Amino acid sequence: MAELDELVTVPLHAVAHGRAGDKGNRLNVSVIPYEPEAYALLAEQVTPERVLALFAHRHAAKVTRYELPLLHAFNFVIDDVLEGGVNGSLNLDGHGKTNSFRLLGLMVKVPRRLVRSPKLSTTP
Amino acid sequence: MFRIGNGAGFSGDRIDAAGPVVDTLIARGGPAAMFFEVLGERTVALAQLEKRRDPARGYEPMLERLLEPILEKCARHGISIVGNFGAANPAGAARAIARLAGRLGLGSLRIGVVEGDDIREHIDLARLDVYEADAALDQGGSEIVSANAYLDAQPMVEALRAGAQIVVTGRCGDPSLALAPLIHHYGWAADDWNQLALGSAVGHLLECGSQVTGGVYYDPGFKDIPDPANIGFPIAEVSADGRIVITKADATGGVVNLQVVKEQLIYEVHDPANYITPDVTLDFSGVSLRQEGSDRVEVLGVRGKPAPERLKATVCFEGGWLGEGEISVAGPNCLARAKSIAEVLLERLRRRKLKLHTRVDLIGIASVHDDDSGTLWRSYTGPEPADIRVRLAVAGAEHDDVDQAAREVLALLCCGPAGSGGARWRTTQRIRTQSYLVPRASVRPRVSVKSAGEWL
Repeated sequence: MAELDELVTVPLHAVAHGRAGDKGNRLNVSVIPYEPEAYALLAEQVTPERVLALFAHRHAAKVTRYELPLLHAFNFVIDDVLEGGVNGSLNLDGHGKTNSFRLLGLMVKVPRRLVRSPKLSTTP
Repeated sequence: MFRIGNGAGFSGDRIDAAGPVVDTLIARGGPAAMFFEVLGERTVALAQLEKRRDPARGYEPMLERLLEPILEKCARHGISIVGNFGAANPAGAARAIARLAGRLGLGSLRIGVVEGDDIREHIDLARLDVYEADAALDQGGSEIVSANAYLDAQPMVEALRAGAQIVVTGRCGDPSLALAPLIHHYGWAADDWNQLALGSAVGHLLECGSQVTGGVYYDPGFKDIPDPANIGFPIAEVSADGRIVITKADATGGVVNLQVVKEQLIYEVHDPANYITPDVTLDFSGVSLRQEGSDRVEVLGVRGKPAPERLKATVCFEGGWLGEGEISVAGPNCLARAKSIAEVLLERLRRRKLKLHTRVDLIGIASVHDDDSGTLWRSYTGPEPADIRVRLAVAGAEHDDVDQAAREVLALLCCGPAGSGGARWRTTQRIRTQSYLVPRASVRPRVSVKSAGEWL
């Protein structure tokens, strides 16, 4: 079991999933750990400050993190990141839909037992 | 028990999605309705531009293709249909439906139309508050293309009460499309916030179609779904006692599990305790989910608070022109050749004094995650990919400047680095949006219900 408790550094994508949505020039990205046990660890590590830094090059103004403990989910609201929104942006992805995977690229440190390997689908 | 199915989650959705949903509603029996959400934030502005070119158009372009497979079945089985097919021309959409009904032998089909969302004629932007999320956008003094308030469910309910079998609206709250048939069926009061919240939560979960059944969800090897080429669209079961179960069409692909429902519950939500719709303010902070069967998830703990005093209205302005050009390089040294293309394009625009808002992407290195100055591709130090597509994007007020800039990509077919090919360029008229808050009293919905024959 010691092996499973060993801390490993992995992209957030290995322990959580998420989805991005937009309204105007405001983006929201959900982050949902596969295992409820990871919720508290991610609460410590996926901070608004770290998320803001991920989007600093796009001039993000502010990140607010909402917590949904009953669902073991986080909702990150990122202001002014879309450089004009769907109708004003020069970005191919004016909606910002691909940004969920920018956030899921953030590195986190978690016990090996929480890391999801490919091919272990959770579809019931 | 009342069932509501969704047949489309945006303008451009799969046109064969609604059929299996309707077949499932019929097979289950009992009262049911279908709704279609096809009106994105800018779709109504594009529809206004189309209506300028042809006054008979300006409604959902796929209207007939979406409805033809299901209209007769729904009429025969008493399944009402609600959709924001109207875009800039709800009456035009009603006439198109009436023509389709005539071809299908449904001349007596009752078609309801909700208008009054278009507030262009009596709006004074200087006197309105800007919607919070848009405060950073600057629209200058550009010409208004469209201005539409998000109507609540009540005008659609009025149309259903007047016997409409299909209701066509323009802009309304997306969840309101699912809420209206539920209010009509259960007789919920307009200030019964908890009941309205249940119906609006159903609308929120279903309004993007397959996004709650596997679309925008599947991630091969991590989150797999059956048959992603045939994702079943969603159905919600709503009981009189307020129980909600999300499920999907029979004999289709996709999945309804806790993960996908969580993702869609939070989608486009900011503060989960205050999700504002025209009908009710939703509080998702106490929501929990329960997998109660295969492809069946129960949603518990939705609460409602009073509706906002003012309605959101989205105003679309002419936004000048977007020019885009793309060209590819591949094979040895393609990264250096791609970077050279980027620098040459920027230098060409400088020399020609084309002062435009400009961006270059190196697709294959960094594009959609990058900013307009190319921070990510300029700092890229990873391995060279096999293939890179360089994209120039420019924006400006004058079509000719934008077109000339985009054509600089074309010129690289002869003037560019070795082995560049596959150039494309185009210009597109741009729409910019800004949302405002308008007093409810200044928005006056109009409802008319007539038979197909009477609409023609």
